[in-house]
Amino acid sequence: MNMPPLLQMNTGRRRFLIGAGALAASAAIPNVLFAHAATSSRLVVVILRGALDGLAAVPPHGDPDYAGLHRELAIGAPGTADGALALNGTFGLHPSFVYLHERFAAGELIVFNAVASPYRDRSHFDGQNVLENGLAKPIGSADGWLNRALAALPPGSAKAADRAVAISQNIPLILRGEVPVISKSPQVTPDVDEDLLARLADLYSKDDWFSARLSEAAQTDKMMDDTADSAAKPSPPSGYPDRVAAVARMAANLMRSDGGPQIAVIEVSGWDTHANQGGAKGILAARLAGLDKGLQSLGDELGPMWPQTAVLVVTEFGRTAAVNGTRGTDHGTGGCAFLLGGAVRGGQVIADWPSLSRTALLDNRDLRPTLDLRSVFKAVLDEHMHIDANTLAKRVFPDSSGARPLQGLIRA
Amino acid sequence: MMQAEIAVLRFGLGAKPGDLAAAAGDPRAWLKAQIQGAVPLASDSALARSDQIFAGLLAAREQRQRMQAAAAQTGDAQVANAIREAYQPHYRAQVLARAQSAALTTRPFAERLVHFWSNHFAVSADKGVVFGLAGTLENEAIRPNVGGRFVDLLTSVEQHPAMIAFLDNQYSAGKDSMAARFASRRVDTGRNPANRQLGINENLAREILELHTLGVNGGYSQADVISFAQVITGWSIGGGKGRLAGGEPGRFYFRENLHQPGAKVLLGKTYTEQGIRQGEAVLADLSRRPETARFIATKLVRHFIADDPPPAAVGRVARVFLKSGGDLPQVYAALIESPEGWQPDARKFKTPEDFVFSTLRSLNVSPTQPEEVIRTFALLGQRQYTPGSPAGWPDISKSWDGSDALMHRVLWASRVGAKYESGVEPSELAASSLGAYARPETLTALGRATSSGQAVALLLMSPEFQRR
Repeated sequence: MNMPPLLQMNTGRRRFLIGAGALAASAAIPNVLFAHAATSSRLVVVILRGALDGLAAVPPHGDPDYAGLHRELAIGAPGTADGALALNGTFGLHPSFVYLHERFAAGELIVFNAVASPYRDRSHFDGQNVLENGLAKPIGSADGWLNRALAALPPGSAKAADRAVAISQNIPLILRGEVPVISKSPQVTPDVDEDLLARLADLYSKDDWFSARLSEAAQTDKMMDDTADSAAKPSPPSGYPDRVAAVARMAANLMRSDGGPQIAVIEVSGWDTHANQGGAKGILAARLAGLDKGLQSLGDELGPMWPQTAVLVVTEFGRTAAVNGTRGTDHGTGGCAFLLGGAVRGGQVIADWPSLSRTALLDNRDLRPTLDLRSVFKAVLDEHMHIDANTLAKRVFPDSSGARPLQGLIRA
Repeated sequence: MMQAEIAVLRFGLGAKPGDLAAAAGDPRAWLKAQIQGAVPLASDSALARSDQIFAGLLAAREQRQRMQAAAAQTGDAQVANAIREAYQPHYRAQVLARAQSAALTTRPFAERLVHFWSNHFAVSADKGVVFGLAGTLENEAIRPNVGGRFVDLLTSVEQHPAMIAFLDNQYSAGKDSMAARFASRRVDTGRNPANRQLGINENLAREILELHTLGVNGGYSQADVISFAQVITGWSIGGGKGRLAGGEPGRFYFRENLHQPGAKVLLGKTYTEQGIRQGEAVLADLSRRPETARFIATKLVRHFIADDPPPAAVGRVARVFLKSGGDLPQVYAALIESPEGWQPDARKFKTPEDFVFSTLRSLNVSPTQPEEVIRTFALLGQRQYTPGSPAGWPDISKSWDGSDALMHRVLWASRVGAKYESGVEPSELAASSLGAYARPETLTALGRATSSGQAVALLLMSPEFQRR
């Protein structure tokens, strides 16, 4: 097993830094060298709506204040009963994250902690808006950063409209914008009568808005028909864990199809655990297991495409460091994120850990974020999707000068 | 020109045969005549009250826990199943009653207002404990108050068991409450082995400020959220055990033993009221604030007029809200009188709910089977009472206009066409359901359709039917 080095500790303030691998100057290699590979890179963004408790998903078992604050929701150190899956001396993974832990050991997962978007209030809806618009403020723009990134992608073989898909009936903000994108939900839709579709196309001929959507839908259907392994087409979703897996399989099948999209967005809700959150077992543990299974389905189904894939898993903010009065957690600030995939230089924990001591907490309650998520987004778009740094700074994340891109997240 | 169509199709829920003619004389008066007083369901004979439903839930939960203990099983899955089984018939009955009311009502503008407020004060049946209760909030707290004062609507909603349960307030306890002091003594003496300390839960307080009254930029701070959460500690549901004993099962109950005693400061004002009166005083003040007036006006104008609410209309509606002390019929009248709402180009893309309800009215049919309604909304991506978040369903086109969503609508429209083709004359249907909105090319397409079923599908999927 190729155990990651990572986590160096400074004395004085407890401060964990990016490992040596990540500090390597990969950005010194000109992007132009990668241009030929641009269309083979695949990116999946998984949005966890409702604010995942990062202190449960990535328990900082080595922090001396953790157990006292998170109390019955805390996950114990690796090796203890129902303890965390080991990452390093300070952090572990929730015991539900069996697949993610394997990916970490295989050097295909980076775990982030103490991260946040620039948003500092505690509204889900504004928080998700900022996560998706890529700006410093909510309602700052009608388009999402991933759509602006699409506009900046190096030209590839695929038509623009085929390059990104939302696994949903509708398009979430992160993918809205000038570049047309497609949507496809994992529900089984029996074929609609061709003659009716032709007549509708005619009926919509004077209405650009409707004709655009109808032709996008036709393209997506063709893509699904082209999917090599028709047996792997989704079955009707049943229980929660299978629902995430069904969505993930749909994304993978579309991406594998001939001329399929390079980018997919998946949404998973149900993380707003104000009451009876549970610890190693319970409500949140079951949700995390469903997510883990879904990510495994994604990896399995992408198969030969996995080495060119990066999967970014993010949420709008973290939750309070302390348990609230109803065995849950309230809205917080700093949280966790994940980057996994065959293209990822994994096995790292990236956390400039501020600690959970009383003086370190933000507003005396939340994990203090020490890394802007846009530093991660920029790094992935630069190193993986080969969008140049200037475009990222000016067009994709226009007010993000404080968020310098990380380096060394993607294998050269 | 087209004023009746605008009244019936944009402000109402779509045209039943005869609706357009009824509104034609004075479209604004037709709307205003609908807005006074309560808005009952078309039929509520099949519906249980929230307290009955909740009591059934408690019984099912207890029975299952006894069975589990007897079988020495672990895990919550079976308890969850018992809850779902106890709730399922209620959810089905509520969804059916809602669709029937939308299909049959003679006050479609008032019925749309019920839906608007139900979405403003959203609860989600995706949360297990809310599943069978979701419709009761709409039927018991919203329908009686839609034509009244905002403060009464607000207070009824925040004291309804479905809202209390959805936003987790039933166990929220002040740190100096009797129950919390008792629990810490037991911790100190080792008699509380779970080491559980009681405290507040911010969820309901935050969402009242952010989503129900002031709006997210309404000028409150995190300290105000905490203070308000303390104010409403004790707002709970009757019929529990131990420190949650007391009260009638399934009804709103103020638990003095969970309430944080003493005065609190919120938005710069000190509240010295005792007990439940303190929270009610805060709600009354919130309902009178200009931020609340503007937030509600913005949402109303966005819902009825355009995704980007015209500022003049928002200002007009907000002023009437403030001046009238939140008298809702006056607020609705100001909305109706806003000229921005009467432009003939329909600017709202229908949500799945709008699409389904306007289809039922156009075809003059009312559903009889809950399964039919439940499957329809699952297919179209708006399962009833499951907005998934306390912010409710989004109210702008971009949230509903995916190409995949459009294909689901086509599929449903073709099924509806096949089911209802007999007895329908397409050109008459176009006239009664769209009036002057029907475009010549749509009428031509209907005339050329291979069957009346296909013609119905084409009509339902025409751009003018898909917008309001």
